[in-house]
Amino acid sequence: MKSAVVQLPGLNRDRDMIAALTKISGKAPVTIWQTETDIPDVDLIVIPGGFSYGDYLRCGAIAARMPVMQAIKAKAEAGVKVLGVCNGFQILVEAGLLPGALMRNASLKFVCKEIKLEVVNANTDFSRAYEQGQIIRCPVAHHDGNYFADAETLKAIEDNGQVVFRYAAGTNPNGSVNDIAGIVNAKGNVLGMMPHPENLIEAAHGGSDGRGLFASALDVIAA
Amino acid sequence: MINARVTVTLKNGVLDPQGKAIEGALGALGFEGLGHVRQGKVFDLQIDTADKAKAEAEVKAMCEKLLANTVIENYTISLA
Repeated sequence: MKSAVVQLPGLNRDRDMIAALTKISGKAPVTIWQTETDIPDVDLIVIPGGFSYGDYLRCGAIAARMPVMQAIKAKAEAGVKVLGVCNGFQILVEAGLLPGALMRNASLKFVCKEIKLEVVNANTDFSRAYEQGQIIRCPVAHHDGNYFADAETLKAIEDNGQVVFRYAAGTNPNGSVNDIAGIVNAKGNVLGMMPHPENLIEAAHGGSDGRGLFASALDVIAA
Repeated sequence: MINARVTVTLKNGVLDPQGKAIEGALGALGFEGLGHVRQGKVFDLQIDTADKAKAEAEVKAMCEKLLANTVIENYTISLA
């Protein structure tokens, strides 16, 4: 499986993401710069974390309106898998590829720590390597991860099984409604999540709980 | 040239932790009888036209496309 990592001014988790994809798939991802509108033929496009365009206006708002995002939207509509982590998740909701919005953490503090995630739906292209209901460790580092959606949207994503990851009991770091940490679109090929699975993939990280997400998305699950 | 002011506020029912913190700080300064505080944003824009209707339509499109996130925010436009 071929993958790509989007690079925009202000994103700073691209190197971690490239390292994770390379180590898990055995192939280095191609990189996509902000001005590109001709996206290479890949199976997975990843928008990493950071502070694109300085988080001006709203987190992810400016990036979401760059031409490269129109091209990514077209790829997503054609069925290519898209993963947005942290600022990548914020960009995906601002671009309208995922429902809802990400607001300032309820605590008003930047949170940088390890939390626990519950795999609420292990039947997606991004979570197949996990067991349904499995609790995994994952780092978070963000200031605006407080997921919000109106009651109608919330009911729809809950009923459709679009909530893939929830903060496990007592570990919600940001006030997200229904403890939502990661969601997919209705089609199931676009996942956005605030936690950073790319930072927990090998012994040097102190654990490898995040590996399953990439193994799922890259289709390299060990038999 | 038409000057437009766009005010963006959070929709009712959307939690505003920054507004809450400001509310608490004003209380701590001794201001009494304070109800809820909600924080918003103001944008001043200059539109190069003399046509008010055209300017208003243009600014509305800007609000819908970028200035406000209509999932969580409302906006109002005033022209001068």
